Amino acid sequence: MNEKAEPILRAENISISFGGLMALDDVSLEIYPGEIMAIIGPNGAGKTTMLNIINGFYKPDAGRIIFEGEERPEKMKPNRIASQRIARTFQNLALFSGMSALGNIMVGRTMKMHSNIFSQGLYWWFSQKEEIEHRKAVERIIDFLQIENIRRTPASMLPYGLRKRVELARALAAEPKLLLLDEPMAGMNLEEKEDIARYVLDANEELGYTIALIEHDMGVVMDICDRIVVLDFGKKIAEGSPDKVKANPKVIQAYLGKAGG
Amino acid sequence: MEERAMTFPQILLENAKRYGDSRAAIREKDYGIWQSYTWKDYLDQVREFALGLASLGFKRGDKMAIIGDNRPQLYWGLAACQCLGGVPVPLFQDAIHKELHYIVDHSECRFALAEDQEQTDKFMHLKEEIPRLEYVMYDDPRGLRNYKHDWLIAFTDVQEMGRKFGKENPDYFMNAVNEVKPDDMSIIVYTSGTTGNPKGVMLTHRKIVECSWGFLTWDNLNETDNIMAYLPMAWIGDHIFSYGQALCGGLCINCPESTATTLHDQKEIGPTEIFAPPRIWENILTQVMIKNEDSAWIKQKSFQFFMKVANRVEKKRIANERVPFTDKILYNIGDLILYAPLVDNLGMRNIKVAYTAGEAIGPEIFEFYRSLGINLKQLYGMTESSAYISMQKDGDIDSESVGPPLPGVEIKISDKGEVMYKGPGNFIGYFKNPEATAETLEDGWVHSGDAGYMTERRHLKIIDRAKDVSQLTDGTLFSPKYIENKLKFSHYIREAVAHGMDMDFVAAFIDIDYGAVGIWAERRHLGFTSYTDLASKPEIYDLIYNEILIVNKRLSEDERLNGAQIKRFLLLHKELNPDDDEITRTRKVRRKFVAEKYAKLIEALYTPGQDHVDVEATFTYEDGRTTTMKANLKIRDAETF
Repeated sequence: MNEKAEPILRAENISISFGGLMALDDVSLEIYPGEIMAIIGPNGAGKTTMLNIINGFYKPDAGRIIFEGEERPEKMKPNRIASQRIARTFQNLALFSGMSALGNIMVGRTMKMHSNIFSQGLYWWFSQKEEIEHRKAVERIIDFLQIENIRRTPASMLPYGLRKRVELARALAAEPKLLLLDEPMAGMNLEEKEDIARYVLDANEELGYTIALIEHDMGVVMDICDRIVVLDFGKKIAEGSPDKVKANPKVIQAYLGKAGG
Repeated sequence: MEERAMTFPQILLENAKRYGDSRAAIREKDYGIWQSYTWKDYLDQVREFALGLASLGFKRGDKMAIIGDNRPQLYWGLAACQCLGGVPVPLFQDAIHKELHYIVDHSECRFALAEDQEQTDKFMHLKEEIPRLEYVMYDDPRGLRNYKHDWLIAFTDVQEMGRKFGKENPDYFMNAVNEVKPDDMSIIVYTSGTTGNPKGVMLTHRKIVECSWGFLTWDNLNETDNIMAYLPMAWIGDHIFSYGQALCGGLCINCPESTATTLHDQKEIGPTEIFAPPRIWENILTQVMIKNEDSAWIKQKSFQFFMKVANRVEKKRIANERVPFTDKILYNIGDLILYAPLVDNLGMRNIKVAYTAGEAIGPEIFEFYRSLGINLKQLYGMTESSAYISMQKDGDIDSESVGPPLPGVEIKISDKGEVMYKGPGNFIGYFKNPEATAETLEDGWVHSGDAGYMTERRHLKIIDRAKDVSQLTDGTLFSPKYIENKLKFSHYIREAVAHGMDMDFVAAFIDIDYGAVGIWAERRHLGFTSYTDLASKPEIYDLIYNEILIVNKRLSEDERLNGAQIKRFLLLHKELNPDDDEITRTRKVRRKFVAEKYAKLIEALYTPGQDHVDVEATFTYEDGRTTTMKANLKIRDAETF
């Protein structure tokens, strides 16, 4: 991580409200290339909302997003943003349940494919070459995440922990410049959590991905992140290294509640 | 007959010359595709790695530890080590630190080759404790990017050093290879005993080559054959079949993508030769049975019907008798709709020969595969004999014996009933352990430690470990393992402990197979909460009772063992567990410990009229916590024949 480097993504003074509820209130944050950044906070703090704004699913009421030095136009669609190479996983899995693990991961390459549906259907010339090339990339990810044995298994037949891994594989298949993970460890047992933590670390160290993740559980996050942003009731209450954040009285209060009240 | 090369480096050179790029020597499934390496590639890879080792200062006689799953790189590393006159020491990939420490230290390894980060980490610790260990090399760099030590080198980097070294010393490799003599030590294989430290079995090039050829000629295998390499490299079986035999015969070995995909990968390759311990054959059979029980009624019925036909036909075939005409027709129909598709599904359609070794296999399991038309044979060997002692022969199969001695092997039975052998594969001694060598190796004869006898057909029949064989008070021969194995053939019984030494009759502890019995109970709408609860149900006692009757019936057919039928039994309230020291990690019963721990239960089994016993058990959880529970175990009498 390089603090002096230009951030890959800068969110400036973001505010958004749903009806009368202020989900995010003037939040600014930066994501630097090569780091693992975590957004943490208690339930309802606005973590997922922040992620949805970063990948363009929500439009903020105020504030702006600057990705790779360019301000994002107001009306940019999420699929255009995805083609800018921001990939994400979801808190509640979003896989094609009837499709094999392999098929699901191949979907992650769609943005990179150029041939159209007809030539793909006929599996001709360029599409054939293209398919093989993309399959190779996908196989490297399968190898990386050690899911060779479930390649042909339909997603719906996989246990929860493995589905999460397939989702991570799909996000990696897009070769994102910025990888967003929404609670990658939610609902997992300790062993599965450690596995995923290992893969996230490897994706960062071996493959060099910049990762921003949301996590509810502080324990694992503290171990793997370079930098943490803490949200509480839509406001940023702390930011910095895990140790610094851990010692911050505001954070302790947000997580443990106010003394005597 | 042409003069055969007698060292592995020479054989490798010959293979590269003979087959060049025309034949695959080794395949590995990687990135979802089978990647092939020809014999020329094999030699190139080995040469470069060997030269790299040489540039690091590897000397003749140096030892190199090898640990990991079956990967081409590890086999190349093994061969490279031999090319320089070194001695590879393969290790079990799931060995714990204490074990590895002992072996690496005892074998004086200067070099170590590890598969991946997991295995490298083990050596990182060992390196701190064992100064003699100089270099650790690894194949898969994943996760190792931040490990920075001069003594930690990637496999490919060693090869790169080798290419440079080779340019400066063009004759080095050939000189080194020519230095290697047939009677040089080629490998040290450590065997884990049930007592004491592992012992390093020293074997030579000539021994492994001769035994490999022995197997090849016995079953007419040649360079068109394929075998899966999936068993631990530290096991003599894998060394003979995936290395020795593959090099001697020019066979192609196939490394699965991962342990979990072995069966699927096997289906893709369709090997012509398979080598597996009984545990694997049992597992496959249990899977088939469970799947069958889940299928439609009509399918279950036809499965049962046609398996009966196949069994009848196989019994005739084994006895070399004529198969009746109707059965012949039925077998052909069965082959069309059941046997062939099933065998294909197991990835065994192209099998010429399949072996089972390492333990006794149940005759029922053995006959199941044979009746499907798979040429399964029992092989009896040990590390001390390069796995080469006796094997069943085509056309002369006996499901209860391990076949006649292999060519060149002499077998005799000592006065105490112990099997002794002398053969081309006999080891030269235990490394740095002359006392153990003197105990085992006597005038060229090896004490196998197994009790057995020769049958009328001159087949060897193994009964048990010699030290476990004893007598009942009436003088009947009592072999606990023999009886336990018979019990374990039932897929409802996972583990059994037979008692009877100096007693009036045989009694047994039974551990049910929680999975299989659980499914059985669910199908009958029999509720249960835990293992203990399930094992105490009268219905389960009835189920096991019937299994015991089958065993007693079989025992009664052998007049030597007629008196050793099981008279009383109980179902244990917990599964025997290596964490509780009741069995070893390779699932061998620690008899002495069990006898002490469950003395009260044994006493109750031998108290006439007592039909239950209270027991208090302490469980150890993985985190070290313990809990105590009480159970009331019922004791049942079994009918004898």
